Amino acid sequence: MNIDFLLSDFGELTITGLTQGAIYALIALGYTLVYGVLRLINFAHSEVFMIGTFASLGVWTAAGFGLNSGDPGTLAVLGLLGLAIVAAMLASGATAAVLEMVAYRPLRRRNAPNLVFLITAIGASVVIAEAAGVLTGRRPSGLPTLVRPVEVLNIGGASITNLQLGILACALAMMVALDLFINRTRMGRGVRAVAQDPQTSALMGVDKDRVILLIFVLGGMMAGVAAVLYNIKIGSTTYNVGFLLGIKAFAAAVLGGIGNLRGALLGGLLIGLVENYGAGLFGNEWMNAVAFVALVGVLLFRPTGLLGESLRGARA
Amino acid sequence: MMDALRAADGRRLAALAAMRERWRALPKPMRFAVVVALVALLYGLPNLNIPLIRTPDTDFTSVLFLVAIYVLVAVGLNVVIGLAGLLDLGYIGFYAVGAYTVAIFASPSSVVATKLPWLACIPLAIGIAMLSGVILGWPTLRLRGDYLAIVTLGFGEIVRLIAVNWDVPNGQRGISGIPGPPGTWADGSPLFGLIDVRPFYWLALTVVIVCMLAVGRLEHSRVGRSWLAIREDEDAAEVMGVNTFKFKLWAFAIGAALGGLSGALFASKQAFINSDSFDLLTSILFVAAVVLGGSGNMAGVTVGAILISYLPERFRGFADYRLLVFGIALVAIMVFRPQGLIPSRRRAVELKDKREEAVVV
Repeated sequence: MNIDFLLSDFGELTITGLTQGAIYALIALGYTLVYGVLRLINFAHSEVFMIGTFASLGVWTAAGFGLNSGDPGTLAVLGLLGLAIVAAMLASGATAAVLEMVAYRPLRRRNAPNLVFLITAIGASVVIAEAAGVLTGRRPSGLPTLVRPVEVLNIGGASITNLQLGILACALAMMVALDLFINRTRMGRGVRAVAQDPQTSALMGVDKDRVILLIFVLGGMMAGVAAVLYNIKIGSTTYNVGFLLGIKAFAAAVLGGIGNLRGALLGGLLIGLVENYGAGLFGNEWMNAVAFVALVGVLLFRPTGLLGESLRGARA
Repeated sequence: MMDALRAADGRRLAALAAMRERWRALPKPMRFAVVVALVALLYGLPNLNIPLIRTPDTDFTSVLFLVAIYVLVAVGLNVVIGLAGLLDLGYIGFYAVGAYTVAIFASPSSVVATKLPWLACIPLAIGIAMLSGVILGWPTLRLRGDYLAIVTLGFGEIVRLIAVNWDVPNGQRGISGIPGPPGTWADGSPLFGLIDVRPFYWLALTVVIVCMLAVGRLEHSRVGRSWLAIREDEDAAEVMGVNTFKFKLWAFAIGAALGGLSGALFASKQAFINSDSFDLLTSILFVAAVVLGGSGNMAGVTVGAILISYLPERFRGFADYRLLVFGIALVAIMVFRPQGLIPSRRRAVELKDKREEAVVV
């Protein structure tokens, strides 16, 4: 136990935790969207994220921005960032769509039990991760530094870098956009309707298959953005990068109340904070254990997560 | 193409059903003789030189031992997933608890001073694994199915992290010199040595057979029927007077005990374990073994476990691709045959009924 360290570096740990948590939250949205509508744990969502990291690496390489290029100018940074986000969103969204059409749709047609969906998802996850592993020779790929961290704010001794601020802002913007999309648009209303009652909404003329495809693509796009943010934060990626992140993000979704979009945000930020405080208290090697213990602890007292399940309960 | 595959699979199932019928029609002494012959064949496998099934790159007897361990794991996990319908993704946690109990309490190189004999360690390992099952199950079995999945996944990961980070299990450096069971050959050399693995295989096979018989009896008892009732409809079971929490906890504890036992056997044979043996991917493979073969059916999960453990060893030449092929096979089997390769009869009927219902979602 290292309480002094926790107290002295509280601000620092908080901001790191929030940054990390914002990335978890973006990935958690994918789990929560799919679960809210289909009651399916999309285990392969972590690989959708992984594909996004490689897509942004690929598009940077194609644009001639590699490990040996120097620091790009501000305009170039914005351009590369935009390019990466678009590419990662496209790649991740497409991966998620293929997943739904190839793996899940045939099962839905046959009315298979839940466990079968989960095993299929696990199988799909193994397929995508291993395919990437074989293609990259299982070596980690280094990424060029796009943004050099510079301190821009200092609150009570805790320095906040432009990178952390950018990641938080970008993640929050994406989440607000998604929230507005689900709650304010016609298509979003379709999503909420199917989440509430698939049969009745089908009778009312909602095309269920299209809505389901839509939520997979939306979740994939969020994971794509998370992938780019992860890339500029960590600076390297491998074929199995999604596994642990995916589990944490899923834990975040459950913590906030799976099926609840705002819950995913809350859960993600909380998991990020708790694991960083835990790491400060017990040492870095216990970081993941702290996150899981916290999850189990919360579920014991609030079995449906902090905010409960509300994509289904929302009024259309 | 798809239709041809489906038709072929239909013929395979029909053949299976026909075999079942013929098996039932055989006179009892005949059935007994066939079972005895089969068991004798299993015990003789390491000595019989059957060409095609031998593994080219690894010691065949070690592979057989591994297969036996996987079957034991699958039988245990089948109680939790197949019978009681509780999705446990962190079963490896119990397996690790069993393995580390033997390692910590029996190995001369562990930091714990008690050097218990092997025979005392096995019941201890089963007991501690069972206890951890109850400790995990007591609070979490009140959760709904999907939440249980993530909580058990978290449990498996926590056990692994403790193994990695805590000094007593000694992380990646692991614990070596784990003793095996006592006993000597006629010439005085130890029966369970590192060079000749056959006694370990025979021991594991014996344990598997005993556990299968025990679980088989359990399945057809009052407890087993309660599990099935819970799996099918928990609320209805509760209304009918089944104490669902109690029986779910029992399923968890019995599953954990079997997991602990298989871990303990694994550790004794390896003589060395470290945290690398207990990753979550293996835990997911355990679940896959159960579901692939046909959850809820002893023959099914046995076949599933054999496939999952044997095929990667047999085709080690394709080492880099084997997980990829495995994943593709998993998806393909699930899309084609959701009830598993050898479905339990009850389950097959259920799915058939379900197909005739109107499709929802």
